[in-house]
Amino acid sequence: MADVYNKAGFDFSNHVRNSFLQSKGVPFPKATSTGTTIVGCLFKDGIVLGADTRATEGPIVADKNCEKIHYITDNIRCCGAGTAADTEFTTALISSNMELHALNSGRKPRVVTAMTMLKQYLFRHQGAIGAALVLGGVDSTGAHLFTVAPHGSTDKLPYVTMGSGSLAAMAVFESQWRKDLDRESAINLVSAAISAGIFNDLGSGSNVDVCVITAEGTTMLRNHVTPNERGAKEKRYKFRLGTTAWTKESVRKFVVDESVTQISVPAGGEAMDIS
Amino acid sequence: MSPISQPTSVAFNPYAENGGTILAIAGLDFAVVAGDTRQSEGYSIQTRYAPKVFRLTDKATLAVNGFAADGNIFVKTVKQRLEWYRHAHAKDMPLRAIARLIQTMLYAKRFFPYYVYNILGGIEEDGSGAVYSFDPVGSYEREACRAAGAASSLIQPFLDNQIYFKNQVAVSGTSHPKHLPILDVLSLVTDSFTSATERHIEVGDGLEIYVIVASGRSLTELSSIAGIEEVTGSASATDRVFVIRRELKKD
Repeated sequence: MADVYNKAGFDFSNHVRNSFLQSKGVPFPKATSTGTTIVGCLFKDGIVLGADTRATEGPIVADKNCEKIHYITDNIRCCGAGTAADTEFTTALISSNMELHALNSGRKPRVVTAMTMLKQYLFRHQGAIGAALVLGGVDSTGAHLFTVAPHGSTDKLPYVTMGSGSLAAMAVFESQWRKDLDRESAINLVSAAISAGIFNDLGSGSNVDVCVITAEGTTMLRNHVTPNERGAKEKRYKFRLGTTAWTKESVRKFVVDESVTQISVPAGGEAMDIS
Repeated sequence: MSPISQPTSVAFNPYAENGGTILAIAGLDFAVVAGDTRQSEGYSIQTRYAPKVFRLTDKATLAVNGFAADGNIFVKTVKQRLEWYRHAHAKDMPLRAIARLIQTMLYAKRFFPYYVYNILGGIEEDGSGAVYSFDPVGSYEREACRAAGAASSLIQPFLDNQIYFKNQVAVSGTSHPKHLPILDVLSLVTDSFTSATERHIEVGDGLEIYVIVASGRSLTELSSIAGIEEVTGSASATDRVFVIRRELKKD
């Protein structure tokens, strides 16, 4: 274990110690979860993806405006729900491998390729990587939309939702989604689905992020809707100078003062002292 | 069928945690008792309007937080006991007596407790503003301010700093005020709840602030507040009760 070089992949060397600690009742630290609403839907020209922007740690809001739509390639994006670190690292890893794959093959990468890489990676780790994803993009074979569950199973559907707000969002899709929607209607539908999650699911909140992917290109609409701006506070909470108590004071000068004295030497130099 | 049957355990948990937060602050001759109106379970909102603060008499209001079903039943029984007291003594029960009543009622269920935190706010017989806070089994204390419920750990430190001036050094030669003006207190309450709404997922939807004012006090400051409503019970009451309702964020 104590090697100069780290092996590739995860380091499980603390597993035995940690499970011993847990069996003795030591609480395990909780990871930041994006208790989230993420959605995607097919429309006439491609895919629209959507996400809320709340990240939670238990009942506490850890981040009010985080980004859950991750870059995979220029024509593929991936929304992440579940353990924040897992969705971030998994999408970054697959994004990297997709770039290498594109360089190797000299072709524009396909959505199925990203989907296969994600499901095989997640299945290999047997659900321990808590990433629930909505993957969407447009490639040479058309527009594709998938969900990838933490254990590695996938779905290919015209409209999908994931995360704790998935039921609220799916209710909107089930009642309003139609085939071949135009761009504006699709964006509005996705916004409505995410808003349903934001207002009805406590794990989701703040703003709506939207991403539109077509054969022409990808447009990221960060904070497309912001229905939860904080109002002004009634009081000002600026502390007067000297509010904090102190026990001792010491002032130190950081500037070093130097004085240089020029010593004049007689011409031809001084004779050596040989006494 | 297996030859040896393994022991199995079945458990029924009669309690739930319904989120939300309550708070009360005592002034010199008034008390403020507030609570948000969201009721939730897990990640779901059960209702956006479930009151947690209740007017008991014209000098007492009670805020209840924790398991909503227990809270509602508890308030109902307290109100019933106060009615019986009125029938027996032809007057409202004094605040300190209500506090002691609540203690005995909570402790009576020591081994199957009401799963609620109570904060009682109102006017004492001497005309001073008072806040009493309770734990679920009846331990109580009179205080100047108290926050309880889901976001209590967010709000109480803020109150300690702004009401008790904890960790704040006064200007030399002066001291911190013992009581704050009513409008300052109301601003602190509003800011506490809007801030808790920002950072706690179980806090939001609506805010109800009850203000109980002692008999001698001028009401000119209160009349300037938008949407304030008087909810004093009897016309002959000397102390008066008002409620202020505000919207909170709904995400």
